This record gives sequence, structure tokens and C-alpha cells, in this order.
Amino acid sequence: MTTVRDIAGNEIEFGDDGYMLNPDDWNQDVAAELAKEIGIDPLTDRHWDVINFCREDYEEQGDAPTLRRISKVGGVPTKELYKLFPKGPAKKVAYVSGLKKPSGCI
Amino acid sequence: MKKLLILGAGTAGTMLANKLSHELSQEEWKITIVDQDTVHYYQPGFLFIPFGIYGPNDVVKAKRDYLPPSVDVIVSEIELIEPEKNQVRIAKDNRTLVYDYLIIVTGASPRPEETPGLVGPEWRKSIHDFYTYEGALALAKKLRTWEGGRLVLNIMDLPYKCPVAPLEFIFLADWYFHDKGMRDKVDLTLVTPLPGAFTKPRASSLLGNTLEEKNINLIPDFLPERVDAEAHQLISYEEEVVDYDLLVTVPVHMGADVIGRSGLGDESNFVPVDKHTLLSKQYDNIFSLGDAAALPTSKAGSVAHFAGEVFVENFLRYIDGLELQPTFDGHANCFIESGFGKGILIDFNYDVEPLPGKFPLPGIGPFSLLQESEMNHWGKMMFRWMYWNLLLKGKEMGITSQMSMAGKWS
Repeated sequence: MTTVRDIAGNEIEFGDDGYMLNPDDWNQDVAAELAKEIGIDPLTDRHWDVINFCREDYEEQGDAPTLRRISKVGGVPTKELYKLFPKGPAKKVAYVSGLKKPSGCI
Repeated sequence: MKKLLILGAGTAGTMLANKLSHELSQEEWKITIVDQDTVHYYQPGFLFIPFGIYGPNDVVKAKRDYLPPSVDVIVSEIELIEPEKNQVRIAKDNRTLVYDYLIIVTGASPRPEETPGLVGPEWRKSIHDFYTYEGALALAKKLRTWEGGRLVLNIMDLPYKCPVAPLEFIFLADWYFHDKGMRDKVDLTLVTPLPGAFTKPRASSLLGNTLEEKNINLIPDFLPERVDAEAHQLISYEEEVVDYDLLVTVPVHMGADVIGRSGLGDESNFVPVDKHTLLSKQYDNIFSLGDAAALPTSKAGSVAHFAGEVFVENFLRYIDGLELQPTFDGHANCFIESGFGKGILIDFNYDVEPLPGKFPLPGIGPFSLLQESEMNHWGKMMFRWMYWNLLLKGKEMGITSQMSMAGKWS
């Protein structure tokens, strides 16, 4: 079951897991609104560094990056990621960036 | 003469050398395999060593004995892969090996030095691992005389080899201390960066219940930043602290350094490949599979085995100028030792989570999926024989490479 919600004036489709279904529906206003929902307000430049890296990396790789990847390739240390997106940064970053839920697959 | 070069003679490399030497004509193809070690370890056996169930002889054999005579085996470190020149430089005699096709199966290895505080004066004293031969033997020695306290088993990061092994370790520890009559003196805790006992929901819930029944604590969502070895504390990025008396850790895992040096890896030196064809995303004559590949499935021998079978068929098409088929589905099949002579079996792929049922014969078994049984334990014990005698030699195992839904219910 998918749900459609109005996010900052955009009709956005969400999947069962609560994450956006189509990353192309995303824009910066949507990000700000989704961030607010999970208690991150406002988005600082540093938040945007992370979000922009994740969007670009997703374009290239087809998956939401892991924390290790954001830290090693994106240049934002894991410790800082936990400060910017407290309690589960990998999932929160993916959510705000309009990407699929990280598979966390083992 | 065409040249096929295989880097790594572990589970995947050995199996591929056997299968491909059988399939490819010796007049047309020269197969070379390079590995830095002469010893082949049965890695699934490391789990049993700390508890005295297996000894050194059960897990160690000579690599050469398992490789076909027609394959050129070179024991050497690999210095650099130069994909633009289709060549690999190795340390031995400063040789350069030229290839038409390259298969990278250099595996993954634990890197305890990646976590601050882990390797120091307390390493192999109050901090242990069981993912290496030496580590498993040292831990066996430690457990024999340990008087009890807080035993914490922790996973440093994903991915790591054999995702069920930490659970099995803690189940076996529960059994071991029961048998020694000291379970009441031991507090067992599993600390994991995952949101539960396992990733996939059905298996996670079953295994979570099993932990509870056995009075084993679970601390999920805990990503460690460092260890304070002197204070006996594991500390997360959020500054949460877990105290321990004995820490058994699953260190950060990475692919081989030569992958990173050669510009062929991701941030953890794993090789990005197409997840269904195993072809490199950068070069059309390089493949990677097994633990070395950056694939969204388990790093485990069963996965390497299934991937290998699918790959060989596909490779034979490819060298005849046909297109690769997207046939690899991420199939994994793992016996989970749950202690007291019982085991659980799970079977899954990229898209389908572990489900209950009977395996491999629908409705019959003899193995039960996602359920504890004595037969599953015997399956695990029998697997060691199958590994040395069938799997490595590339012989039929009687299990389909692609996951089957037959005999499962959802």
C-alpha cells in the first residue's frame, strides 16, 4: 500500500516503509518539510552538504550511501552525522533526501 | 592462447578454478590463480574452535590439494592491478601477469585496527575475536579458564562475513557455560548496529525471541566509535557506553588493499559489480564475486557458491560473444547453530526474505526453514564434509543456484 501526502505543495507518494517512492519527486522544499517532520529544523549548510552528497551518490550508484561511505567519500565524519541527524543518521538522511530506505543488508 | 587470471584462491577462487578448468579447453585457455597464502581455512569452522568443538585439524588444509593440476598456481602477494593494460603486477620475482579476462575473488578480512582502542595491550586478553584462525584459538584458551562476568559480543559495522555467525557464537556460548555449570555467573549481551537480531523482519523476530528464551540481552542500533580498553567499555558515536569484562568483537571488514590501491574498489575496497551479472561496473573483462564484490547480499560461502555456479554458465556464453544474462539473484542459505545440538536454517535472496517451510525437498525436508531442529544441526555438521569434498571441487551439491519458493509458506 502506498500513500500520497501533500509535502510543501507537492503530491508525494510514499511506500509501506514510509520512504518516498520516487526520488525524482524530491526538491529542496520537500527536504525541509520532511526534516521538520522528524524534528530537524532548520536545515543548516552542513545538513545540505550531506543531503547533496547523498543525492549525487544515489544518481551514480543507485543506492542510498552508508554512513561509512558518507564519511569516507562525502567527507562528513560519522560523529558529526550523529549530531546533524541524531538517532539513526543513515535512515534519517535517506528519508530527508527522498531516497529509498537504506537496505542495511548483511 | 587466451589467458584467464583468478586473483584469490579462497572458497570462490578454488571453486571457480575447478569448474572453469573442467569447462574450458586446455588447448585454448591458460588458467592462472594467485594467492599469497598456501593454507586454505574452513572459515565456518572458526566459530566452533572457541568452544572446543573443532580443533586446528578440522579447519586447515593445503590450498594446492584442492586446485586442479592443469591450473598454474602462483603463491605471491598481489602488488597492483592495471586494468587499462590488462595486467597484474605480483611481488614474486617482480612478475607481470597479462590477462584477457580477470576474476577478482580476493575476499574480505577483519580490520580491528580500524576501530580506535581495539588493538592494544588488552587485545587477546580482555578483547578477542573469532574471525581469524589465531583469534579463535586464543579465545578457546581464554574461555577454558574464564571465571565469568559480562561477556559482550559486538559487531563493529556492516558488512561482515557470515552474518549469522555472531548469533551462533552467543547461542553456543550459552550452551557452553550451561555445560560448565556456570551459566549463572555469565551475563551474555549481543550489541549490534542493526535494528534487531537480524536484518530481515521474519528472521529477526524469530531470532530475537530465541535470544530472549535463552536469557541473552540484545542492544540494537549501537554503532561503536571506539573502545576504552582500560576501562573495559565499548562506546558508540552517540556516547552510549556498554561495560564488559570480556569483549568478543566482529571487527570492521574490508576488501583487499590491492583493490583500493588499483582504484577498483569502493570506500571499503569492495569491487562494484552489476548485482545480476557480476561484471565490473568499470571494465568489461573484469568480474568479481564472493566476499570481494560490493553486492547487497550476505558475504558467505553459500553465496559465493551460488554466484560461482551462475557465473560459470554466464562466462561461457560471454566468451562466445553472447550477452550476459542477469541470472544471479543474491541467493544465500545458512545453517544457524542455536546450541544444545539444534540448528535453524534460512534461505533467501535479494528480494525474498527468509520464510518458513521445508528444504531442499518441498514438504519433506529433511531440513526445516526458520525453525529449530536437531536435523538442522546435523546439516551444519555434515556441511564441513561437503565443503571440502564437493563445494571446493566444483561438484554438484543438489541445491539450485537460484532461490526456489517451492516448499515455503509466507
